[in-house]
Amino acid sequence: MRALIAFAIILLSFGTARAVQPDEVLKDPALEQRARAISSGLRCLVCQNQSIDDSDADLARDLRLLVRERLTAGDSDAKVRDFVVDRYGEFVLLRPTFRLRTLLLWLTPVLVLGLGGIGLAYAVRRRHRSAAALSSDEQRALDALLERDA
Amino acid sequence: MLVEAGHFALALALGLSLIQVVVPLWGARANDPVLMAVAPTTALAVFACIGFAFFALTMAYVTSDFSVLNVVENSHSTKPLIYKIAGVWGNHEGSMLLWVLILSLFGGIVALSRDSIPARLQANTLAVQAAITLAFLAFILTTSNPFDRVIPAPADGQDLNPLLQDLGLAIHPPLLYVGYVGFSIAFAFACAALIDGRIDAVWARIVRPWTLIAWAFLTLGIAMGSYWAYYELGWGGWWFWDPVENASLMPWLAGTALVHSTVVMEKRDSLKIWTILLAILTFSLSLLGTFLVRSGVLTSVHSFAVDPERGSFILGILVVFIGGSLALFAWRAPMLQQGGVFAPISREGALVLNNLFLATGCATVFIGTLYPLALEVMTGEKISVGEPFFNLTFVPLIIPLLLLLPLGQTLAWKRGNLLGAAQRLYAAFGLSLLVMIVIFAFTHQGPVAAPLGIGLGVFLILGSLNDIVTRSWVKGGDWSLIRRKAFGLPRSSWGAAIAHAGVGLTVIGIAATAWDVESLGTMRPGDRLAVGPYEARLETIVPRRSANYREDVATLTILSGGRELGSVETMKRLYITRGMPTTEAGILTRGLSQVYVSLGEIQPNGALGMRLYYKPLVLLIWLGAVVMAAGGGLSLTDRRLRVGAAAKARRLPVSPLPAE
Repeated sequence: MRALIAFAIILLSFGTARAVQPDEVLKDPALEQRARAISSGLRCLVCQNQSIDDSDADLARDLRLLVRERLTAGDSDAKVRDFVVDRYGEFVLLRPTFRLRTLLLWLTPVLVLGLGGIGLAYAVRRRHRSAAALSSDEQRALDALLERDA
Repeated sequence: MLVEAGHFALALALGLSLIQVVVPLWGARANDPVLMAVAPTTALAVFACIGFAFFALTMAYVTSDFSVLNVVENSHSTKPLIYKIAGVWGNHEGSMLLWVLILSLFGGIVALSRDSIPARLQANTLAVQAAITLAFLAFILTTSNPFDRVIPAPADGQDLNPLLQDLGLAIHPPLLYVGYVGFSIAFAFACAALIDGRIDAVWARIVRPWTLIAWAFLTLGIAMGSYWAYYELGWGGWWFWDPVENASLMPWLAGTALVHSTVVMEKRDSLKIWTILLAILTFSLSLLGTFLVRSGVLTSVHSFAVDPERGSFILGILVVFIGGSLALFAWRAPMLQQGGVFAPISREGALVLNNLFLATGCATVFIGTLYPLALEVMTGEKISVGEPFFNLTFVPLIIPLLLLLPLGQTLAWKRGNLLGAAQRLYAAFGLSLLVMIVIFAFTHQGPVAAPLGIGLGVFLILGSLNDIVTRSWVKGGDWSLIRRKAFGLPRSSWGAAIAHAGVGLTVIGIAATAWDVESLGTMRPGDRLAVGPYEARLETIVPRRSANYREDVATLTILSGGRELGSVETMKRLYITRGMPTTEAGILTRGLSQVYVSLGEIQPNGALGMRLYYKPLVLLIWLGAVVMAAGGGLSLTDRRLRVGAAAKARRLPVSPLPAE
């Protein structure tokens, strides 16, 4: 059902066109390639989490044309992106920039993995130590049991 | 009349679930078998009531009873019967009814399997389960009643959203819900164990089949949804990192971790506290997903504020159940006995690592989905978190997990030998490397990601095969003996091997998307357009009419070197009642690869805009998921997991339980 609602929302925002149209494609294949790469990282502002490369909304088309216009004018990829961000804000980037306000977002995977790993290492060592606290007789009995079990 | 009866049955179910919460809990506390025995009886009664309510709503749809508001808003007399039935859950109210129906169905099954579950555990579990049912029934009856009437009744309905008029609607939500809601049983068992303060390997053996069922269905549900999006949305994407998709991915990741940790708990009586926590978290994430989608908070923070009734209610449910269960956990978990000890290098250790990576992956999806919401609420700033973010964070987490998977599968329990395990994998690793090099040599100008990913996928498949082979190998290579040994292996070992091979298939399918070819062009009848190794020729474009839509149909012939392979139809549809356009893609399947054709705009000069894709091995993405679910299903048929198998042998006629 969740997916359904998403479909509905995404598709309700569709115009009649479908994503990149043949008439938008640039003559120079290298330039077109760059345009596609940039487009897939820019959000269609009226859609839900869709890039302008995938979207059929009119606004997405305008943005695609804008990107191609800037590229043809000789802008670098970064300059094109900056140009779009200046106009529409950070919201347009599907990959948020790394800065103070997005610190937690970017660091969460590293933090969880790191802290989880440290926690595990700690648990293993503690267990090891408590195991070592056994008397030598106990240890021998345990070893014998483990051997037999294995 | 039937509609009112359905409404009444729902209210009755609410009352009965209240009894199902209070009486068994009391009974378990007072150790009174008669009070505890109320749980299974009421659970079956609640299921019967909700089942009847669901039947009543379905009948209202089938007979197009337009005096029911829900039917008016989502149905139409000309709609095909299958979509009238599927339309029952193609809207908010109906889908919530399906949610509680499945919830009570699971409760009913737990009630019937009393032979295999100790009475106290069953009573406590059904009480917790009933508490969830109670909350959602109250939600439906107060904010989302599907049985509301409308006076005067209109002549016809407003039709179902055209995008939902698809076979996918009949299959996807029920699969997904069985998965989501199935984890509620693991949750209820976990809470019951905490209430009772006792947990052991028997608990894990009882819970494992339920988590496996839920996991397998969720896997199928997500795969089905992904394939549906692929063919319905018309640009050939299959995963969008959309918050709604993430909402289903999170419980899947946590559930995958849970399926693995219950293995450790069952076999080695270890990781108990973690498994309990994971069971709670998995269902909590299912609830979170329900909240995210049902409250409208995803579309915009503001839409939540405008119509806060439903959102607040579910948020309340969320807080009570997640907060309550975690508080219970914090209070009771320290009292639980720690279990078996194991060395870091062992099967258990490998499964702990698996859980660490899956939990981190889940946390990454969680933060990526909720961070924009949180940031907007706190600072008003809007950011987007999309595919590029997840490619940079989630994918690097999953790759090491997959690389280590065959190694972990080869390690022995308790105390493993890393070098020995690695040696047993030499052949599998060498072969995968060879496959990778060969593919790379043949496609050396193409993308590097494809051969690398395919190598990984092949390694996963061979690693799984290797596990079965090494365990059934006998010196001298006596075939009949090997075969007998292989078939004598526990079904759960086969299930694990097959599920992991399924992961390999999916990885290959995903890696091969790097070879996708896209062709855009304008075509007139007779024109040809090349796409990958094939060519498409536009034959005709004709208008057509159906009961509830009109469409323009373009027919194309797909050719390979001048030879005709078959024809596909791609349509632009207009659904008449809602005035909504859709595009239907045409797909030609060749083996595991597909040619995907989608009709674009009619250009000013009268030619047709056409979008063609060649997608090599794309079917493996979903086929792999089906194989994963099949592996889970096979595991379920393992003797030791079969619900009730162990207990039937030693059933004792003790408690005066009523007949079912």
